[in-house]
Parts: sequence; structure tokens; C-alpha cells
Amino acid sequence: MRRTSSFQGTKINPQKFHRSQIKFLLFILPIATFMVLPIIYIFNHAFKPMDELFAFPPRFFVIRPTFANFSDLFEVASATGIPMSRYLFNSIVITLVVVILSILVSSMSGYALSKLKFRMKSTLMTMNNIALMFVGASVIIPRYLIIESLGLIDSFWVHVLPGLAVPVGLFLIKQFIDQIPDELLDAAKIDGATHFQIYLKIIMPLIKPAIATIAIVSFQAIWNNAETSVIYINRESLKTFAFYMSTLTTATNVVAGQGMAAAAALIMFLPNLIIFIMLQSKVMNTMAHSGLK
Amino acid sequence: MNKAIPLPKIKRSDREAIIFLLPYFLAFMLFITIPVVMGILLSVTYFNLLQPPRFIGFSNYIYLFTSDDAFMRSVIPNTLQFVVIVGPVGYMLGFLLAWMLAQLPSKLRTVLALVIFSPSMTAGVTMAVMWRVIFSGDEGGYLNAVLLNMALIEQPVQWLQNPNFLLTIMIIVTLWGSMGIGFLAMLAGVLNVNQELYEAAYVDGMKNKVQEIFYITIPSMKPQMLFGAVMSLVATFNAGAIGVQLSGQNPTPQNAGQLIVTHIEDYGFIRYDMGYAAAIAVILLLMVYLFSRVAFKLFGDRDA
Repeated sequence: MRRTSSFQGTKINPQKFHRSQIKFLLFILPIATFMVLPIIYIFNHAFKPMDELFAFPPRFFVIRPTFANFSDLFEVASATGIPMSRYLFNSIVITLVVVILSILVSSMSGYALSKLKFRMKSTLMTMNNIALMFVGASVIIPRYLIIESLGLIDSFWVHVLPGLAVPVGLFLIKQFIDQIPDELLDAAKIDGATHFQIYLKIIMPLIKPAIATIAIVSFQAIWNNAETSVIYINRESLKTFAFYMSTLTTATNVVAGQGMAAAAALIMFLPNLIIFIMLQSKVMNTMAHSGLK
Repeated sequence: MNKAIPLPKIKRSDREAIIFLLPYFLAFMLFITIPVVMGILLSVTYFNLLQPPRFIGFSNYIYLFTSDDAFMRSVIPNTLQFVVIVGPVGYMLGFLLAWMLAQLPSKLRTVLALVIFSPSMTAGVTMAVMWRVIFSGDEGGYLNAVLLNMALIEQPVQWLQNPNFLLTIMIIVTLWGSMGIGFLAMLAGVLNVNQELYEAAYVDGMKNKVQEIFYITIPSMKPQMLFGAVMSLVATFNAGAIGVQLSGQNPTPQNAGQLIVTHIEDYGFIRYDMGYAAAIAVILLLMVYLFSRVAFKLFGDRDA
């Protein structure tokens, strides 16, 4: 601290604003503006009445906001007679189930890979690390064949099961559990705790930040997923809101579609944003341990 | 199906571990490992879903590299251009932003980081909805309206249907949404570099911030740099469908926005030539692997 006035080196996480930070803001602010503009635009677009949606020249900001696009969205049923609320309901249920289950399966595996001793441990960890590079699009065909042979086509579980194997999630949670000192677990073992009790009573409360992070990662993957509905689901009543939204956009020729698509995009985006804002400090805490060696 | 789990003489400690590992690795085997192996096997067959796969050797690969005009003329050049720009540029931008954000006070940093991260939450369809209106082909599109207003163009441009613009627009849109989990990891990495290192380096005569970045910041956060690189690579390859989502067609107009991912879907789910699509997918996996080797060479402690 005594050198603060003369210190010219990088100052990480400064306490307050200083003139020297202006140059960073000059770089960051234009980029941040570019990032945020489409999002501000979708907020405005979703609340525009018909005449403003198609005004020429187009206006960026809404003048007379209305909920008309949202009520249209809720009233208009898809061509097959399924109301929009059904898609939304499916998405909410599917997302909840996947988030809860994937927290459970990846924390269990993360605990085993981090703290238990067994054969093939390093093999499994290497496999998962290689799978970090896995690009889902490369296996859509064999995946289809497997899902078909398991009889999962047109089943609720096809939305859920593939979402449980998230290599990034397991990786982050395992790294996080690595930080928990073994002495803590040894003490519990001496007191006669089983592995399952240790997992439930010691590990789970300590890894809340990592759990929050996995929740976000899997929420984003599932909530935004339209592909599963396209490829594996033929029954309209089992498709998701993300899928429904994609049908709105491909029909952009339909004049009324645009406002509804914007309203739907907002409904898609808002939960992501709210959840992230709520959990962001926990996510940053987890990311500190995200290093890949 | 799960031969990977060792059955003979299971020790007690192994048995406990299996219970913890089983749910995850069952899903992992079923939806990642087995599909990758199956994809490799399918790639040497002719398979149209109706008849059983027929072994045809390397014909798919030979056709892919010698006779598939769209693949050699459009898909490969497009994919390379897309990946080489979006990957490294997005990654370096992510690092620079993280490095600068780390030098701002905490409240300001949190707000700006949230703003920069938020586009990555709009994956896929939402992203396409937002940008389609901006690039809309009539005079009601924002870009057209602005350019018409400034008299830079005389009539509206069909941005998303025009082969000259589609790939560039795809790159811009993907870059916009690319500050995701890797960016957050790098931000956390910069924030956790030991402050004393900077002070010591200053005493030792370090002259400027560029030196600091290369001699202190990056070496201290290599693991996060690697994680960020792998994440940005995978996200870049996964974003391949954006061309189809933006233009609303597969194949995209004159194959201008055709990337390897959309080429797979074209052959797999539109033409039902599953063996051929699997061969393209194998090439995709190889490309991802080669690119990540570069990342591991740069930042890894050991070879992966």
C-alpha cells in the first residue's frame, strides 16, 4: 500500500474509480453498446403496436407500448391446434427436471472422481476432459439411431436424458470439489459417516457455487433447445417453446408474426437473464477453479 | 451395452464408486461415446435408414474430397474462414475484455460483464429472431433504413439472401454471442492472478502492460486460458447452424453460408444419406481435435 501513488503496474480489482481506468472504458463501452443494442431492441420490439412494428422509417424505441403481441401470442394456437401455453408448460417442466437431475448426476460423479479411490478413475476423467471438445452436431445421426432403438422417439425422456451428460458441468464441479480438504472428509469418516452421508451432508452444502453454475449451464442448453423437438418429437403436444418460436420466425412473411416472434424471444431471453443475475457471484466463484491443465 | 463397466471381482470401494458414477456415465456412454464410435463405423457404409447399412469402404470419404462440389468449394472454405475468424478473434477479444474489466471497480465491472455476457444467453433461435429484423431485406430493416437514410444505398439490400454478405453477417452475429462461459472463466482467471507478482515485476523493472500481459497475466492463468480456448472452439463449431437460421434455408443461398454442421444436416435429415453424413461428421470431429491440439500446445502443461 505504501507505494500506491507511484505504483504503475497493473492494479487488479481496484477499490474505486480512477482516471487511469478511462482508457479501458473507451475500449469496453463501444463493444458493450454493440452487445446490448439487439437486446434493447428486442425489449422495445416486443411491446410495439402493429403500426410501429411496420413503420417507415423504422423506429428503434417504442412510443406507445402495448401488451398486444403477448396476448396475440397466448391466444393464437399453432396450426395443429396446440395453444402456446402448452409449449411453454412443456419447456418449464422439461427444464426443471433436467436442471435438477443434472445437478444430481454431475455432483455425484464429481464427488466420486474427486474424492473416492477406484480403478479407472483417471481414464474416466480423461474421457470427460476429451469430451469437453465434443461438438454435439457431429453425432446427430448415430444419436438418432440410438434414441430410436431405445424407443425414446416421441417420449418425454428424449428431452431429458441426453441433457444429463454435460462434460463441462462435470468438469467444473469436479474441479470445485478438489478444493475441499480431504481432512474434512476423513473426520467425518472417523465419525462413521458413509460416502453417501458425506456427499449429502458435507459436499453438497460446500459446493453451492458450482451447483449454481451447473444449473445455469444446463438451463441455457435445455431452455434454448429447439432441435430435440424437431428431430425426435412428432407429437405436437410434446414440443417445446423454443421450437414454437422457431416456427414463428420461419413464418416471417406472416405480417403479424414479427411482433409475436419478438414477444416470444423476450420470453425466451428473460429467464436466462434473471437466473444469471441471481447467481452471477456464485458463477464467478466457480470459474476461478475452471482451469484446464 | 455398457461393457465399459468392469464386472469381474469388484472391490468394495469400486462398488461404491460405481453407484456414484453410474447415472452420469450411463448418459455419457449412451449419448456421447457410443454415438462417436457408431458415427465412425457408419461413415464407411451406405445407409438410408430403410435398408441395413452396407459396407462400402472409404467411398464416402473419397466422394467427399473428390466429387462433392459444395463441400470443397463452399463448405470447407466457409468453415475455415468462419472458425479462424470467430475462434481466435472472439477469444482474444474475450481475453482483452476480461483483462480490462478486471482493472475496473467491482460494481462497474459486474454490470459491464453482464452486458457483455448476455448475448451468449440468446443461443440459436432467439439470436436469429433478433438479427433477422436488423438485417431484414425490405426497407423496414434497421440496417437498410439507416443506410437509405444516409443515402449510402439507393434501394434495400437483401442482406440475408445475398451470398456476398451472408457469411460476414454470420461471423458478426456469432462473435456477438461468443462471450460465454469461457469469457467468464478468463475474467475469473485475471482477477485471481496474485497482485504481488505485478508489484514484484514492477520493482524488477517491468516497463509496460504488454510485458505484464505476456510475462505475468497469461502465464499465471494458463489453465483458464486453455479452458477458455476449448470453450470458444466448441462454441464456434456448434454455432454452425446460424446461417440456416438467419437465411431460413438449408442449403443456404448458393451455399454462401454453408458450414460443415449444416452440410451434415443437409445430407442426414434432408437427403437421408446417413453414411455420408456420418463421414462429414468424422471430418468435423477431426477438425475440432486438430484445432484444440493447437490450444493445448499453447497453454497446456502436457499433451492431451
